[in-house]
Amino acid sequence: MNSKQSSADLSAIDRIWKSFASVKLTIALLLSLAATSIIGTLIPQNEAPGAYLQTFGEFLYRLFSLLGLFDMYHSWWFRALILLLVVNIIICSLDRLKATWKILFVRNPRFNIARYRQLKSKAEFNAAGANAPLKDRFLPFVSRRYRYHRTEETDEGFAIYAEKGRLTRLGVYVVHLSVVVLLIGGLIGSIFGYEGFVNLAPGDSARSIQLRHNNQILPLGFDIRCDDFKVEFYDTGAPKEFRSSLSILKDGKVIEQKDIIVNDPLRYEGISFYQASYGSLSPTEVILNFTSQATGMIYSQRAAIGTAVAIPENLGTFTLKKYTRQANFRGHNIGEAFIGVLTPQNSKPIDITLPLKFPSFDKMRKGQVFVAIADFVPRYYTGLQVSKDPGVWVVYIGFILMIIGIYITFFMSHQQICVEVTFLDKKSQVMVAGTSNKNKMGMQKKVTQLAHQLANLTPGK
Amino acid sequence: MNSSLVLSIVTFVYGLAGFLYIFAWVFKRPDAGKLASWVAAIGLIGNTAGIIMRWVESYRMGIGHAPFSNLYESLVFFAWTIGLIYLVIERKAGNRVIGAFTMPIAFLAIAYASLKPGISSEIQPLIPALKSNWLIAHVITCFIGYAAFATSFGIGAMYLMKQGRDVEGVTWLDIAKPLTVFIFILLFSRVLLAGNWAMSIVIALPLCLIFYIGVFLTRRMPVDFKDRLLGVFPEPAILDELGYQVTLFGFLFLSIGIISGAVWANSAWGRYWGWDPKETWSLITWFIYATLLHARLMRGWRGRRIAYLSLVGFAAVLFTYFGVNLLPGLHSYGAFGQ
Repeated sequence: MNSKQSSADLSAIDRIWKSFASVKLTIALLLSLAATSIIGTLIPQNEAPGAYLQTFGEFLYRLFSLLGLFDMYHSWWFRALILLLVVNIIICSLDRLKATWKILFVRNPRFNIARYRQLKSKAEFNAAGANAPLKDRFLPFVSRRYRYHRTEETDEGFAIYAEKGRLTRLGVYVVHLSVVVLLIGGLIGSIFGYEGFVNLAPGDSARSIQLRHNNQILPLGFDIRCDDFKVEFYDTGAPKEFRSSLSILKDGKVIEQKDIIVNDPLRYEGISFYQASYGSLSPTEVILNFTSQATGMIYSQRAAIGTAVAIPENLGTFTLKKYTRQANFRGHNIGEAFIGVLTPQNSKPIDITLPLKFPSFDKMRKGQVFVAIADFVPRYYTGLQVSKDPGVWVVYIGFILMIIGIYITFFMSHQQICVEVTFLDKKSQVMVAGTSNKNKMGMQKKVTQLAHQLANLTPGK
Repeated sequence: MNSSLVLSIVTFVYGLAGFLYIFAWVFKRPDAGKLASWVAAIGLIGNTAGIIMRWVESYRMGIGHAPFSNLYESLVFFAWTIGLIYLVIERKAGNRVIGAFTMPIAFLAIAYASLKPGISSEIQPLIPALKSNWLIAHVITCFIGYAAFATSFGIGAMYLMKQGRDVEGVTWLDIAKPLTVFIFILLFSRVLLAGNWAMSIVIALPLCLIFYIGVFLTRRMPVDFKDRLLGVFPEPAILDELGYQVTLFGFLFLSIGIISGAVWANSAWGRYWGWDPKETWSLITWFIYATLLHARLMRGWRGRRIAYLSLVGFAAVLFTYFGVNLLPGLHSYGAFGQ
């Protein structure tokens, strides 16, 4: 009873094994991955729910979010497809490796001369004279080109067998292994790694960062400080360089310092800081022009936000209050502006808006003095992408394996040749035949070439 | 003499080469074929010179960088790789008919770069994200891959022409085929020619009509004329094998291209894979060609089915290249208006 059950189990396992060892499944999985991947390129991923609701409406929103289409590459069904592909790859590889193993690891490969005589890629020629010293000439030539070679005496002569590239049959397994290694690397990254960001104004430092996928705060275990941040632009207005000078501090001591730019991050304790974005901060210092209505004189004065500046000609004081990205004037958005307070002598303070877009805006007030922004130093904060991915080296090993594997699989082959010499009455007949597991057309050319080269080695040439 | 002028001349040289290949094929004129090869070679030399001159000019302007940084430059390089790969195949296979199907693609690529309004041929300074040594490795490997797939697409089309009408007569296939043709043409008229979908449909419909008139006329052609046209094609088995070899080459380079892009992304953005539409589409393309290879090697697919798959694969390549610009994402460097 017991044994009966286990044999039934075995056949069930066998059946599952067989269905996973099928290339039809591979093709179906590859095509479904290709087809479903399209969806995520049409629906922007990981947006705010509100944005989706507005685009798709209530019903579609619910349907799509049920199917995980808003983060589809991490949805259960997409992961399941990838998992199925991995199981399929592993089982297919093991299944076929069993068969390949016997060809691969034999001490003395078997040669069957009849098989070579029947090959399509075959060339024949005759050498003058019977029993010519062909073996001494052919063997060194062949052995230089083929790793393995063996000579066998036949009834009427001899045959040289040679082969090379037997291990290239392993190439396809290297490719399959690389896919598995890549996914393991990805898995390590998603379990032990994270992606986050931190924004720093020059002079500021941070002890923690914000994670991207759940907005949680993660302590770093050290301080990251931005010492300086510079943005450079080309004449065309396109950005030229973003450069952040960063310091890593532990217990108040600077441990590491580096200027980072895009494509050149700072790495410390497995955590990398990338130059990802930037934004403008309110400037702290401005150069103001005061134009006196009475005399027409223009006075330039440096002013910091919050401190009062005395205006010449006893026109009062001016205090810059703040910078705003979107100022309102009588219900209109007039863009970036400074807000200040003008206190003329002997009268009430007046709020003044100084939009950057309209330099002579304050003229309209028709006051005793007209205030304008002459210049200011823009200030920016730097946006750093912070990530830790301990799986990245595994992924890179996968990348290298994949390139090597694809090269071996498709551009190298297991080549076997046979040179058979038959001594006849007054001449020697030479047959060259060869086969390879790939690129049979290329092998045919090689055989013809080899025959030609061997013919040139025969006596009398 | 600057690079833009050289490259405009190259456009006409490629056009002439394509015309001569077609002329040599249709009118059975080997002398025109030989001339076509020379013209194509001259075009390739001019194309090489144009790329090098552009490189030098960018250094003279003080913003030196390899000329692979925007749509114009990538199209010029795409044409160069197609020209090179084709000429190598011509030498190896000893058949000039393939030129009638691949040189026009090189011509269209470079003509599109020069003529389409909105594609700036000016040398622009590099934005920070592109300042990396990976730029050259990534762009060169990707475009070698794309060009190889363009060539296998041409060879696949030749195979289907040589084999003639499908005899299988499967109903769903009869419906699916014109629909696929329409979707492809619609997509590409949207991507390449028109600014909105309505206009794309207006353009796509007559294009489909022209395509089917072409197919209809080919079928109604006098038998001897048809034989004359198709007789000079390489044997189907050779076309099949050739297309496969070129696909293998493309697959290797597409893989290296995707991998170099991933390594670059990791050094620039801190992640090697982010499912950005361009990345995803390159992976879709990779899946399609991986399917082709498995179907051929493990299921013994040959001929027509492989030819159809390489047409679909090339459509994915084109979408990765152009279509992705319609979608949201980070990879907008090769986009229009840049």
